[in-house]
Parts: sequence; C-alpha cells; structure tokens
Amino acid sequence: MNIAIQNGRVIDPKNGVDRSTTLYIADGKVAGLGDAPAGFVAEQTIDATDCVVCPGLIDLGARLNSIEAELAAAVAGGVTSVVVPPDADPPLDEPELADRLVHRGTEIGKARVLPLGALTLGLQGERLAELAGLKKAGCVAFSQANRSVVDTEALLRAMEYAATFGFAIWLQPQDHWLSRNGIAHEGEVSSRLGLAGIPVAAETIAIGTVVQLVRDTGCRVHLTRLSSAAGVALVQRAQHEGLPVTFDIGVHHLLLTENDIGYFNPHARFSPPLRAQSDRQALSNAAAAGLAAICSDHTPVGADDKLLPFGEAKPGSTGLEVLLPLTLKWAEAAGVSLPDALARITSAPAEVLGLPSGQLGTGAAADICIFDPAAIWQLTPEALKSRGKNSPWLGYLLTGRVKTTLVGGRVVYQA
Amino acid sequence: MHNPQLNKDGELTHLLSIEGLPQRILTQILDTAASFMEVSARDVKKVPLLRGKSVFNLFFENSTRTRTTFEIAAKRLSADVINLDINKSSTAKGETLLDTIDNLVAMHANLFVVRHASSGAPYLIAEHLQRIGRDDVHVVNAGDGRHAHPTQGLLDMYTIRHYKKDFSQLRVAIVGDILHSRVARSDIHALTTLGVPEVRAIGPETLLPKHLDKLGVHVFHDMNEGLKDVDVVIMLRLQNERMTGALLPSAGEYFRHYGLTPQKLALAKPDAIVMHPGPMNRGVEIHSAVADGPQAVILPQVTFGIAVRMAVMSIVAGN
Amino acid sequence: MSPLSDPSSRSLPDAEAQCRQLADLIRPQLANKPALVGIYSGGAWIAERLRELLDLPEEIGLIDVSFYRDDFAEKGLHPQCKPTVIPFDVEGRHLILVDDVLYTGRTTRAAINELFDYGRPASIALAVLADRGGRELPVAATYGVWDVQLGEGQNLVLGKQDNGQLAWRLEHA
Repeated sequence: MNIAIQNGRVIDPKNGVDRSTTLYIADGKVAGLGDAPAGFVAEQTIDATDCVVCPGLIDLGARLNSIEAELAAAVAGGVTSVVVPPDADPPLDEPELADRLVHRGTEIGKARVLPLGALTLGLQGERLAELAGLKKAGCVAFSQANRSVVDTEALLRAMEYAATFGFAIWLQPQDHWLSRNGIAHEGEVSSRLGLAGIPVAAETIAIGTVVQLVRDTGCRVHLTRLSSAAGVALVQRAQHEGLPVTFDIGVHHLLLTENDIGYFNPHARFSPPLRAQSDRQALSNAAAAGLAAICSDHTPVGADDKLLPFGEAKPGSTGLEVLLPLTLKWAEAAGVSLPDALARITSAPAEVLGLPSGQLGTGAAADICIFDPAAIWQLTPEALKSRGKNSPWLGYLLTGRVKTTLVGGRVVYQA
Repeated sequence: MHNPQLNKDGELTHLLSIEGLPQRILTQILDTAASFMEVSARDVKKVPLLRGKSVFNLFFENSTRTRTTFEIAAKRLSADVINLDINKSSTAKGETLLDTIDNLVAMHANLFVVRHASSGAPYLIAEHLQRIGRDDVHVVNAGDGRHAHPTQGLLDMYTIRHYKKDFSQLRVAIVGDILHSRVARSDIHALTTLGVPEVRAIGPETLLPKHLDKLGVHVFHDMNEGLKDVDVVIMLRLQNERMTGALLPSAGEYFRHYGLTPQKLALAKPDAIVMHPGPMNRGVEIHSAVADGPQAVILPQVTFGIAVRMAVMSIVAGN
Repeated sequence: MSPLSDPSSRSLPDAEAQCRQLADLIRPQLANKPALVGIYSGGAWIAERLRELLDLPEEIGLIDVSFYRDDFAEKGLHPQCKPTVIPFDVEGRHLILVDDVLYTGRTTRAAINELFDYGRPASIALAVLADRGGRELPVAATYGVWDVQLGEGQNLVLGKQDNGQLAWRLEHA
C-alpha cells in the first residue's frame, strides 16, 4: 500500500531531520521525504496536521503478560518494537518458546516482538541455556531479567560463551545479598518510614563485577534500568576505557524519587527502587547528554498484587502507553529538545540492539508514530489498553498523545 | 500532601503515625488520657462513649499484650470487641487485606485496631475507607512493620509528662535496636513535636538507621557518653525476630556495650526514669537490678497505656 | 423562686449574691449530711462557694460529663475534658449536684448516670443558679434562685473574673 503522510512535522533524529514535510511509504518501507518518489501514487493519505511524525518507538523493556492486550497497548503508545524480558512463566530458555512468542507476535500483527532469551536455564543463574538456538529462534540478546547472577564463575563462563558468538548479554545490576531484603532506596525516606533499604552499593558492586568480567571476556553487555548517580559514573568510566558496555534508564526513574513513596504509595514501588533526588538528577543528565536510551520497563500488575502494603506490592508500573508523554515531560523539565528526546526512544534503543530500525531513512521499515505533542489527556484505567492499570500517574493529566501508528507500512493503531 | 489521619476539619479521624500530627492533637490525647486514668481507678471502670460500636482488633502479627490492652480499653468504653488473629496462611488463601476490610465493614465495624508486619498497611486501609466513602470507620495503628506504634509513643509521652511535667527542658535517650523499632520512630516524632530539646539515640552502627540526624536526633555509639545527664532513658527490646543477617555477634556482647546496668544508669541524672515498651529481655538490654529498681516506671507505663488507648479510640470515633 | 426576668433589658444579676441566696435555701436541709458535686466548670465554682458558705467539712466532688453525653455521635469528644474526682464513697450518700445553668436537662442526666457508676446514692438533689427553661427531659431543680428567659441565639455563661469573683455574661451562639 502506498501511503503519504502529509502536513506533519517529520522528526528523524538519526538522520537529523526536523521539518514540516510529507513522508512517503511503499512496500512497507520509507520511500522518501519531501518530494514524491518517481512514479509514486498514494493509495492512502494520512493528514498529520499539528502532529509529529517520527520513527515508531522502540521500548527496551516491556512485559507482555497477556500478549494481545499488551501489543495493542504498545501501538496505542506509538511503540512499534518491544524487547521482552525472558522472565515470563515459563522463562524463555528454550528455542521453541522463543519461536512461539515471535510467531504469536507476527500473527497478532501489531508491534514487533524482540524477545530476550534466558541466559541460564530457568533463569537460575547456573547452567547456560542454548544461546545459539535461542538466537536462531529470534532472540536479540540474552538476559537474566532483573534477577542477579550470584555465582560469579557461572557469570564469567556465560560471558565467555556469549563473546564466542558475539552475543550481547543484558543484565540488571543488583547485588543479590544487598537487595534481597530491601523494598526501597536505602536513604532518608526508608529510614523515616521504616522500610528495609536497598543501598546504592547493591548497584555499584554489581556494575563493578560485570565491568571486570567484560574486561576479561570482551563480552558485549547492556546494563538495564540504572538507578543511581554512582552507578552511572561507573558505567561512564567503563565506556571511557573503551569497554563494550551500554545502559538504559527507566522513564519513571527520570521523573520520580523516593519522596514519591509519600504515604506508602504501592505505585511507587519499583525494582530497582526510586532513589534520591541526586540520583534522579544524574540519570536525567545522562539521558540529556545522550549517554543512555530511555525505556518504559512496562510491568502490568493486577490490583490484587498492587493494592497491598508497600513491602508486599509487586514492583513496577504500566509503561507502554505513557513512555511517550513521560519522555516529553522529562525533556521539557530537563531542557532537552524534542528531536533529542525522541532519539532516546527511537534511534538510541535501535543502536543498543544493533538494528537498522528507529529511523526514517529511505529503505527503512515503515514503523512510524504520529502523535500530537500538545494533546492533553487524563490517565485513567479506561484510557489504557494495557491490562496493567497500575501507575503512579493515575488521575494525572499527561501531554502528548499518539494519533496513528504504522508497522511495516500498515496502520496498526488509529486513535 | 493531605494527611490521611486528619479529616477536612483538621481533626483526628485515624491514628496512623505520630509524624505529621500537630502538637495540639498530641496534647489533646494526653489530656483526655488523664481523665481516663480516673475512670480506670473506679470500681465501675466503664463509660458509655462507644456503646453500640464495634471495635475489631485486626492482628496480622501476634501480640497478646498489645491486643489485650486494646481490648480492655475498648471494653471500658463499652464497645463490643471482636478479635481477629489473621495469620499469613489465611490471607494466602486468596483474600487480600482490602477484601478482608470490606467484609468487616459490611459487618458494621466502626473501628479497626490494626497490627501488621508491613510498614504502611494501616495507610492502605485508611485510604481504601476514604475511597469507598466510609469516613465513619476509623483506623488505629497498633504497630506496622518498622514504621510506627503511635499509641506506644503516646503512652511513653504520657509517662514522661507524668513524672517530669515539662517537656521543654528534657534530655531523652533511646537505646537499642532503633533500626527495626516502630516504637523508637514514634517516640522520636512525639518527643520532637512536644518540644523536647535533646533526643539521643544510642546503639551500634548496625542497629541505627542512616539519616537519623534528619529526624532531629543526636547519635551516640558510646552509651557512657550518651547517657550523661539524661532525664529519661527509653530502653528498646533487642528484637530477635526482626533481625536477619549479621547485625550483632551475640546478646552477651550487646549487653556489655549497650545493656543498662546500675553503673551506666548512674551516669544519667539521679532522678532519671527508665522506660521500656516491653517485654523485657533481662540480661540482654536491661539488668534486673535496674528493671526492678526505683527508677524504672515500666509497670506504670502499662496502666497509662490503657488510658491512652481509651483516649485515642474515643477521639477518633467521635470525628 | 424569683420572678422571670428578661436579661436583655437590664444588667445581669450578681452571681456571688446568687450563690449566697442558694446557700440560704440549702442550709435548712443539711440534716442528711449531703455531699456536694459540682459539674465543670461553672457548677464546680458554685459548689466551692457553697462549701465555704455552708461550712461543710468535706471535699467537694467534681464531675466532667464528657464521657456520658448523648451527643457524641454528632459532636465527638469535647476537646477539653478534665478528670472527674469523687473523693468520697457515693454508696448510700445524699448528694447535691450543682450546676450553673439548667436548660435541656441533658447535662444533668449525664451527670446522674456518671454518679451511678460510682455507686448507688441515697438521693440526688439538683442545685442551680439559673433555670432558663427549655427542658427536653423530665428534670427539675430542687434548689434554684433565678428563672430566666433568653432570646433567640443567646447563651448564659458563668465566668470567673481575674479577681476570682464569679460573674454572668451573655454570649451569642
């Protein structure tokens, strides 16, 4: 289907495009900008007046508990590719499971599913899963989700093995022992409210371990959901050393701190925890400087598991449909331009994945998000397509709403 | 942020924590408790204030002592008292905390006394009651995790006021496992709100929360230094069940450094009082000679506790 | 009893003089050795006066009815309650309950209920300075010195001046 998207502000951060122009799609790919390609006849035109036309968002972390609802939620949020952690039930440690997941995603035909394979069997952190087989079945990298690998020897061997094949390992840096009893950031708020704390050391010790093993193995590692200033500083040092380490930041950690726990609000329980204002500031600076991609860490949790005393509530928040407005909210407060903000959720994640997506150059897959940057809407359970209605922003007004989403040149969402 | 303990007229409708309560409310509770002390001294120890009302003791954590004092207090107010010991297995069978509350509200509960192992549980209940429009049902926190034990904090203040009269000149030391202690947190907030100029925390690094100074507390690791010239010593129980991991080598070593012996007590003012929320571990945090000695006011604390709980329940139930 | 008077048209009577009048009424009835119980705060002050004027040896009882009021559900607990102190055995005693103003009768009812929680008195008499009518319960003063009608929204309050003298004032509700 030939599609022309007209009158929109086309922003393609990777290729430095930011202007009002027409975008042409043919055969599921971007066919050009501005002037119609030779012989192009539009079969469908989309009017993007007052809207931004950008690459479909790439979310580096989204749990798809009920896959249909969550993939619908993804495209409603302008997300065209989701990276899925391997910690579903059962964990994604067999090639057949990955196969099925990718196949199901294709069948549903909304956002693209990019699964992370389990690094170890059952995510137990002991025996390697069949990494090559999982890769063949569609896994983009390997991960322990947010579980720590306690056995450092096992981690070393896993990284050696992955390095052999050039596979990337995604790890959440959180030391098992220092975090196992904690439910909140070890700081002023946890002291005052009597909440067992997780010190920053839980993150920095884990980063230190991983960085040393990267040094020894050359394995490419992506650290997920950093939460502390000290953690960011350590990763930056490793990067300066030339080590193949990248990191991402959950969008909620850019906007919220331990203070948002308020009167024990279970919606403010995250893993890793929301930390102090100084940590938030460092994360924001890193994202502003383009040092990290931003993701949603989408975690749908039912009311029965969330409306519990703080320490019993499952951590995490719904994210796919708020990634865009929350990123825009952060960008405005941090003085980051719209193209740079969009880069953090399009081209930057694509770079982490080593994929050619996240951009609108000619020949790129036509994964496109058309959104109204000025549209104000209220976050209510009814407004969300996701089964996860859990959010600290419930009831708040958000700015920025997706109008149309295309994947491979097909409209998969229309507001 | 709106304080969920106060109604729109700024009056106490739930007692969840001492933190955030203005001094006038603490003083009102203490003054009311004084009247209830008199009731407890009569033969007929009852007043009809809560007649026809149902008080549900919802204890998710075992505590015979605290539950008994709340039961006595509620009965002295002529309330009907129902005791529910909810152990983890029955909630594991599927009924969430809020489902339990909904069921009990449907059984015409007027006041919940809640003890829970998770910090913040009573707030969840209070917020839920507000959400379902039941501002006629009240919550009194009987201890939530490490966070707060406000009635204990209040009865500790009543005790101090009874023996020392004036808060504005006192030095008060709290000794022991403050990290895990909801009593300590409530005491600290109450003492600072009532204008005690010097609040001290004494204990080893592993048992003191970080950032204690932000709560207005002076930290001491040396008990001999910390007890100098104090007027009130509040000893905390060394809580075995709350400690996980390598926090302390042994009870013996703890007693040597942080146990209250007659010699250490002598460093405080000669008329200093010794308090303890109970139950005591003799020989671990407190020497028997001190526990049974003339400066200990541990048994009067228990009596004051009934009057304070009567005061709290009658104040919230009327708002 | 003195005739009804309208306080808006002339100055309020001398409360101290009224205490003396009340004492004169009670003095002939002291054979059964009654104990005085004053209701906070006005009744307590008057009871103190009566004790001096009647030269009674015993400490007076002081009663706070906050815990026995019938309006707890609407108004909640009164923010200032003082401890009730009954320093004698109520069982079998003749009591004189003392209050400043008798109005609906509910305070008297609450005080009687409270006294019965201390024991079974032989009798209770009620002594008041002012009876403003408006009874909502079948309560009557045994001893009274002033019947008075108040206007709409007016309240009669007994206060203690700086020099310790009791004095009436009118307040608007």
